[in-house]
This record gives sequence, C-alpha cells and structure tokens, in this order.
Amino acid sequence: MTRSTFINSLCEAAAKHEDIFLICGDLGYSVLEPFARRFPDRFLNAGIAEQNMTQVAVGLAREGYNVFTYSIGNFPTLRCMEQIRYDLCYHEANVKIVAVGAGYAYGPQGVSHHTTEDVAMLRSIPNMLLCAPADPIEAQAAAEFMAAFRGPGYVRLNKAGEPRLHSEADGLGFRPGHFLKLKDGEGTAVVASGAILALAVAELEHLGKRWALYSSPFIGNYALQELLALASYDELITLEEHQLNGGFGSSIVEAMSDLYANGVIKNMPRIRRKGIPNCFIGTCGTQDYLRQVAGLSLIGS
Amino acid sequence: MDTRQFAQRIRLRALELCYRKRTSHIGGAFSVADVLAVLYNDVLNIAPETVDCPSRDRLFYSKGHACTALYAALDLRGFFPDVDLLQEFTANGSYFTSHINHKLRGIELSTGSLGHALGVACGSALAGKRRREAYSVYTVVSDGELDEGSNWEAILFAAHHRLDNLTMVVDFNKIQSFGSVAEVMALEPLAEKLRAFNWHVSEIDGHSIPEIDAAMRGPGRLGDGKPHCVIADTIKGKGVSFMENQLSWHYQSPGEDDYAAARAELEAG
Repeated sequence: MTRSTFINSLCEAAAKHEDIFLICGDLGYSVLEPFARRFPDRFLNAGIAEQNMTQVAVGLAREGYNVFTYSIGNFPTLRCMEQIRYDLCYHEANVKIVAVGAGYAYGPQGVSHHTTEDVAMLRSIPNMLLCAPADPIEAQAAAEFMAAFRGPGYVRLNKAGEPRLHSEADGLGFRPGHFLKLKDGEGTAVVASGAILALAVAELEHLGKRWALYSSPFIGNYALQELLALASYDELITLEEHQLNGGFGSSIVEAMSDLYANGVIKNMPRIRRKGIPNCFIGTCGTQDYLRQVAGLSLIGS
Repeated sequence: MDTRQFAQRIRLRALELCYRKRTSHIGGAFSVADVLAVLYNDVLNIAPETVDCPSRDRLFYSKGHACTALYAALDLRGFFPDVDLLQEFTANGSYFTSHINHKLRGIELSTGSLGHALGVACGSALAGKRRREAYSVYTVVSDGELDEGSNWEAILFAAHHRLDNLTMVVDFNKIQSFGSVAEVMALEPLAEKLRAFNWHVSEIDGHSIPEIDAAMRGPGRLGDGKPHCVIADTIKGKGVSFMENQLSWHYQSPGEDDYAAARAELEAG
C-alpha cells in the first residue's frame, strides 16, 4: 500500500506542479504506468544503470526540474553512493530518491534485495533528508511533503499490504524532526521507524503493556522539544527493520547522548535498540519470517 | 584575444599556480589547454554577466584534477574579477580547491571523482531537448576516466535519448595515473567504440586551434539525434618540451628551475 499510495500521491502532485519529473531504473512495472501515461514528457526509464540515473537526475534538477528517482532497495542507494554524496548532496540538487523494499520486504529474493544498511549510509551524508513512512497515511504525507521540498531527499518505502495505522492525515504533524504519537503510555516509549511500526502496534496490543508508542517517519535532525518529550520516559525502545549499526536507533542514542553530554537533560532514559543484529540472513523467508529470525520483536523486551 | 595566445596564457597561469602552490596535474592541464581556449574564447555562449542565464551554453568539466587550466580560462574571461588567483588557489578557507568547485562563479559542477560529469551533462541535455531550448551542452573528459563504468552508462543513455545537443570532448593524452592508457586499460579503437554506440565521432589534433574550432561547431548540431564525441589527440604536458609525454608530470610539481625553463619555453612559443 505505501508504494501505490506514494506513487498515486506523486501523480496528484505532478498534476499541480509542472516541474515534477520521475525517473525509474527499469523497475516499477505495474506501478509507474499511470504516471508515465499522464506525464510522458516528465517520465523517463533510465535503464538498469543507477549511477547514471542519479547523475541524469542531478542534471535535470539543475535545469529546474523537481526530480524523483525510483527503484528497488539498494539499487538507487548503495549502488550509486558516490553519485548521491557528491553530485546530489554536495550540489544540494533537488532530487528525491524513492526506494521500495525496505528491510525484508523482498524477503524470499535474497540478500541482494534486502535493504538493511541504507539508513546508516545515507544519514551520514550532509544535506540528505531521510523519510521512512510507516503506513499509507504517512506515505501520502511523504509524497506531498517531498513534492514541496527542495533539496536532496530519500524515501524508504516498504512494498505493499501495510495496514493503516493513523486515523487521519490532517493534524498528523508530519514534518522533519518530529515524532508522531500513536499511543500514550507510562515508563516506556516505543519509537519505531518505517513499516515495522505495524508490528509494534500489534505486539503492544498483544502484550497489554501501558507503553507509549511513537512513529518516526523522518530520521535524524530531531527537534529539541521532541527529544525532550522522549527524554521524559524512563526507557525508550527503538525499533527498525535495518542493521543496528548506524541505523535509526543509533540516531536516537546519539541525539540523547548529546543532550546529556551538553547538560540539556540531567538523566538519560535507558535506550534499548531493536534492529537487525548486524548480520546477513541469507536464507529464504517471508518478511515476517526474516523479521523473527532477526529478532525484530518487542516480545521478551 | 587571439585563441592561440589565450591557450598559452592558460598554460602560463597553470604553470604558475602549480609551481607556487606545489600542486600536481600540470601535464593534464597543458594537454587540455587548447580545447579550453577554443571553448572559452570562441565557442561557448558563456560570460560572467550571463552565468545564470538559462540560454547559456553549459560546460561540465570532468577533468576536475586539471583545475588550473579551467581556473585560468575562467579568469581570462573575467569570471574572477576581484580574486587574486595565486593567493586564493588551495588557500585555507578558499573554494579554489585543487579539484574544481561549483561554489565558484562559472563552474557548473564540482568534479574530481571521475566519471560523474557526463551523466549530469546528459540530464542537462535531456532537459534542453524536452523543453526545446537552444543551449548546447559540452563536457570535457579525460581518457583515463573512460575506465569508469558510469561513463559507459551515460554513453548508452545519450545515444538512446538522442541527445544531439551534447558534445563530449575526450582529452586523449594517452597517459593516466599509473602508466599509459594502452598499458593500464586499453581504449582503442575508441572512435569505433563510440560509433558503435551511435555517436558521431570527430578525430582531431587537439592542439590545432582550427581543427578544435571546426569540431566544436560540427555534427553535434545536425539535429539528427546523435550525440557528438570529439576525440582530441593531445600530448600530456604539451608546450613544455621536458614535460611532454611524461607520466611524472601527472604528479610532479615544478621546482624553481623547472618553472623558469618552462616559463621561458611557453613565453617563446
């Protein structure tokens, strides 16, 4: 759902804004056709060549287009990291990278298709804005936000079948640096980024704990008041479908540690990070199965 | 200014910059000097006053390491009126880095990592085609950087998308970092390769001002859908006898004696 919702919302945005341009890396069959049909002058298949796709996107952006590149997982990201760092981010080009298949969304297809290091790599690059929508409501908000945003961005989408977790898009408070509260609670707050939020919602219900729950659709550069709100809990549990090294949980630990080191907060909540324990899982498996193997669960926390 | 004189001034300036600031890549700056002289003195519709004008021509200079030649050309065209280049080049806090920097007026793209500019040039050329704009897009690449796969992705792309507003000049000086191009990663037959990729190819003497000039106004403007590659046969270190065709001048910075001798040769030539 996040994928089709995002593309549909991008189509709507493209109807309003004549500068939106979509480039795919020969992927997106049965998803991108509506955009390509409606806006043939602003659609391009760059072929299976992600370095060049990113460079062409930068060239188009320089000429005034608001460019989105689209492909699966590691291909528009890790495959062309230097183009992202140097051509895109150093030049502050108005290009947004859209990758589907976050985490184990393409589970049975193997490690090549597991997108499990992208956050760590992209969040280390200056000027890059990272967004990982959790459900169709956030995906729509992400498309609208990124269509209006000028500069380098990354949208990390799951694939299909994600349930709606928010009730209304209005009043969501969807903006960089901000967490979205789904549930009040005491003592412990769970903060999840991306589609794995659905697992946290289901497990919290199952566990019957009175924990608070937040979604973090943007990763990094958190607003101070948002961090202070999280710092009021005794314990935080971060949850992400990504390696623990350098991922979303790391970004929270870093931000809290800096606040503590700078004397902004007197006590730091205990932070437990749930993520992939820095390993490859090379076996077959559905997304749910691989999440279990990787230990992505709040049960036992 | 006469274009030959413009080229010699580029070389003299590049020599001085490399000597004073102890930087490398003088060989590649000298090999590309005549190409840059023709582009900046005769061909490109670029001037300091129109640097942000949408109708200007675009040059994406991929030889970011041969920065001294480009800084010199831009300086000669008045892009840096209030700048003492000898002072600023590589100085702490300056954007005159020893690989070119887009933070400077007149430089479209920072380069220094190889194999990036051609793809960006393709995007710029594609935008021009889609919007039916008249500007031309040029890129200058080195021969050694054609080892990079990203260039071949872009070479396929440019032909497929019929980017006949794009001209790629290859500064074919035949020496790369660790040895000759032929030894490290053979490119020949380069012209045949590019023709097979559906490009027009012109093979010229990269130190002949009339040949460069004719090539830059050549088949890239036919409107037949084919991008144009100009293979400029050049000499690394061209213009200074003891630097010509020497790998060492990829790295070496001229000492005092080298500087004096090179200067004398360039001023005489």
